[in-house]
Amino acid sequence: MPDRRQVVILGSGPAGLTAAVYAARANLQPLVIEGEPSSTSDQPGGQLMLTTDVENYPGFVEGILGPELMTRFRDQAQRFGAEFVTTKARAVDFSTRPFRIWTSEPDVEHDVEGQAVIVATGARSLMLGVPGEDRLLGHGVSTCATCDGFFFRQQEIAVVGGGDSAVEEALFLTRFAEKVTLVHRRKELRASKIMQDRAFANDKIAFRWDSVVTEVLGQAKVDAVRLHNVVTGEDDVLALGGVFVAIGHEPNTAVFTGQLDMLENGYIRTHDGTKTNVEGVFACGDVQDHVYRQAVTAAGSGCMAAIDAERYLEALGH
Amino acid sequence: MMSERMTTLTDGTFDEHVKAAEVPVLVDFWAEWCGPCKLISPVLEEIAEEQVGKVQIAKLNIDENLDVTRRYEVMSIPTLILFKDGEPQARIVGARGKAQLLQELSAHL
Repeated sequence: MPDRRQVVILGSGPAGLTAAVYAARANLQPLVIEGEPSSTSDQPGGQLMLTTDVENYPGFVEGILGPELMTRFRDQAQRFGAEFVTTKARAVDFSTRPFRIWTSEPDVEHDVEGQAVIVATGARSLMLGVPGEDRLLGHGVSTCATCDGFFFRQQEIAVVGGGDSAVEEALFLTRFAEKVTLVHRRKELRASKIMQDRAFANDKIAFRWDSVVTEVLGQAKVDAVRLHNVVTGEDDVLALGGVFVAIGHEPNTAVFTGQLDMLENGYIRTHDGTKTNVEGVFACGDVQDHVYRQAVTAAGSGCMAAIDAERYLEALGH
Repeated sequence: MMSERMTTLTDGTFDEHVKAAEVPVLVDFWAEWCGPCKLISPVLEEIAEEQVGKVQIAKLNIDENLDVTRRYEVMSIPTLILFKDGEPQARIVGARGKAQLLQELSAHL
């Protein structure tokens, strides 16, 4: 027998959990399919689980640790009756009512049904996709500075990327590393002004502008990266002990292909608030936002999705 | 909080424990400050309860036990290493869901 719900929420970052708080308080007894543990941001709690201090979430004057913030979101949703399953949606069918969701294998009967579905599956970090990266993942190549920074005491390392996440990682890693080289494919950072100022003021951080990593080198562990300067065309090898990748994100939307309208970059297209092309399916947070991508905007859109879902269910007569 | 089936290992107790164990021991290298480590903890507790007699699960805090952490060249956490008769048999780097973890371990149990 499938678990039959009024509202099913896919994802458990700021968007999904805020939707859960609102839906639970509206007595919709939401089921949150929260994701599975991983060392990428595609995990319960989402991208904030891999960050340290969150300094721009309103209300936390001194800042708060990302994982701690997400634990609080989850506890708050649970307090009002939201229920959680620690798994992923492997398949969905949005062509029938109620909507069907498979959390087990797609070749058996679906195990969850929802009158309304809120998609909040977020985005995950992109990898470089260069030779050596996969092989040396966990042996000097890392996607999680907060997990692995510890292992690079007194070493030289690189962070690849130029956005807020890259700069935040580089700053965090200066606590451990002797020197952090920020490798960025442009000649200026995309990061916010305050993060840029901090990076430029930190004498442990060096910059390699206009450069991309073309190969990660090393036998049992990383000992260098090959860099290509996209302006001069020159290649060189930078000796280091670790590479942290923070080059951007892609939305977790593969499971909705062919069912939900998406932009060319794979993000879900929403209109009139959080509505998707399927009536009764709503999307919120980074899975539909490639512009703002903040915890607070994700939370805000999660609230909108819960209210939109509630109104939809009311109109249906539930 | 922690299941009684889970053992806590230290630099001092590690060698004896993994050698003397009658079933393979899956050692979870973790630290307090690692988000993904916290996520897999309940998964490991479930496996410990369900796989009694097939595998033992033990935790080693890398902050407090640098000798063993360095000996096995752990450079990323969570790292899970499966020991049989004291020898490492398999290594899993990074957090996983329960089903995938069991699948990766199944060849060695």
